[in-house]
Amino acid sequence: MAVLLEKSFPVEAGAYTTAGEASTTIKRTLKQLGISADVLRHVSVACYEVELNLVIHSLGGTLTLLVDPEKVTLISKDVGPGIPDIDKAMTEGFSTASAEARTLGFGAGMGLPNMKRNATEFDIQSEVGVGTTITMSFALA
Amino acid sequence: MEQKRFHSVRLEGEKCRGCTNCLKRCPTEAIRVRGGRAHIISERCIDCGECIRVCSYHAKVAVTDPLSSISGFKYKIALPAPSLYGQFHDLKSISQVLNGLKQMGFDEVFEVARGADVVSRAIRERLKNPDLPRPVISSACPAIVRLIQVRFPDLLDHIVDVRQPMEVAAMIAKREFARTRGVKEEEIGCFFITPCPAKVTAIRRPIGHNKSAVDGAISVLEIYGLLSSQIRNAPVDLTLETASDLGVGWARSGGECFAVSPDNSMSVDGIENCIHVLEEIEDNRLRGLEFFEGAACTGGCVGGPLNFENNYVARSNIRRLASRDPNADLNVPNGMMTKYQLYDDMRILPNSAMKLDDDLVEAMRKMERIETIYRELPGFDCGSCGSPTCRTFAEDVVQGVATKMDCIHMMKEQLRVMAQQMVDLAKTSRE
Repeated sequence: MAVLLEKSFPVEAGAYTTAGEASTTIKRTLKQLGISADVLRHVSVACYEVELNLVIHSLGGTLTLLVDPEKVTLISKDVGPGIPDIDKAMTEGFSTASAEARTLGFGAGMGLPNMKRNATEFDIQSEVGVGTTITMSFALA
Repeated sequence: MEQKRFHSVRLEGEKCRGCTNCLKRCPTEAIRVRGGRAHIISERCIDCGECIRVCSYHAKVAVTDPLSSISGFKYKIALPAPSLYGQFHDLKSISQVLNGLKQMGFDEVFEVARGADVVSRAIRERLKNPDLPRPVISSACPAIVRLIQVRFPDLLDHIVDVRQPMEVAAMIAKREFARTRGVKEEEIGCFFITPCPAKVTAIRRPIGHNKSAVDGAISVLEIYGLLSSQIRNAPVDLTLETASDLGVGWARSGGECFAVSPDNSMSVDGIENCIHVLEEIEDNRLRGLEFFEGAACTGGCVGGPLNFENNYVARSNIRRLASRDPNADLNVPNGMMTKYQLYDDMRILPNSAMKLDDDLVEAMRKMERIETIYRELPGFDCGSCGSPTCRTFAEDVVQGVATKMDCIHMMKEQLRVMAQQMVDLAKTSRE
């Protein structure tokens, strides 16, 4: 099914003051579309986690929302640094968050596992020195 | 079409100047200025009363019952909100307020704070269930519950299914009065002395159950003058004070958390603050939080728009009145928890008033058009068009309730282009 709605949000590395703004806008959009509460719950959690990952770990990137009649898709695409060991990164409790991020309460090592748990389909591709792309979809039916 | 709903919050059209004060403050974007006057979109209004507070022309009002309405019942019981006690400066004892109300023509007075005692116990019980989604959200402030219906539908199942203190108070008051006086419950009218319009609406149009046990709502402002004069010669009688300090403490923000006392709770007051925290709850940012108490008004119920006294003054009065017993615990007599219907029997459903269209594909098409229009707008959020922000204006245009030329900035640009065209035209015709 063709994508009927696409919105992109640039997310800056280290921008803690604006962290969460893209998620708030995405949630508002989905509510206006009348997406069910159940799907909304999962998207909200995954969306905030992925946005925060861009702020904490990446060198900057873009968060894209796609909606078609069957599913909601979130794509996070950054410009580096890339994840050397994806299996390790997916392990609960593993985190490479900076001391600064940890003082702000992040770095519990639950980000990626939480995203995977909430998405219907989850895919992560990463290359060191190039960047990471995370694609999550949430079935509407 | 949605049926016309009852709202306590109303507009008195002739007083409205069509300014942007209420427009900008409405938390559900329910107000539009059209034809020089504000209009409230009924489906979106949550009766929080923010517009009443900010209107410089007193064009926003709350519809409540007049004191004379109590004469419609053979027996009349007053249900004073705990926040009422905070309205009087040199109160020696809460019993003066209770006796004062009796002198005004009520046959009986039943403290809503007693209802709060029972409700606190019921919530404590609910919190023992680990399967309830966390944080459990208080159901006490009807404006917050309606805010969640409109803006946070995915948090509805967090709202605790315990009825509000005024409901529980009305049930107990009626049954006890009927038993001790040997009269029928139908002959008894229970009147809530209300600090806020949201409670008035909650009585007429309850959330979570079909019918309210409360028969009417009289605003604090309506009785303030008369009650003040009664209190001056009302006797102190400590045996009348049956609610605990914890129950009385519900009058201010944090009181419910204190009475329910889970390990990890949070109380937030002011509707904008509540919105921020609800966003965080939605994102699962507040892991470990057990209980959330949100009050639409600053300070909690003492900040209700129908109170007389400044909320900070009222809050400190309540603090004093709710510290009679240093070892206070809830006062819940035996049998209370089983004798009454303390729990809701209907699910709280989402309010879809923010939805662009019932059909998802059509909603997406509208969203695209909104984005296109929004990009053309100046982004000043000035409100001159009558919509609260440029984004809501774009939505209104797409929904067919506004036209692009309602934006004075677009209109100015259009005029500039037309003027230029006329100049060009004049030049060509001369040649």
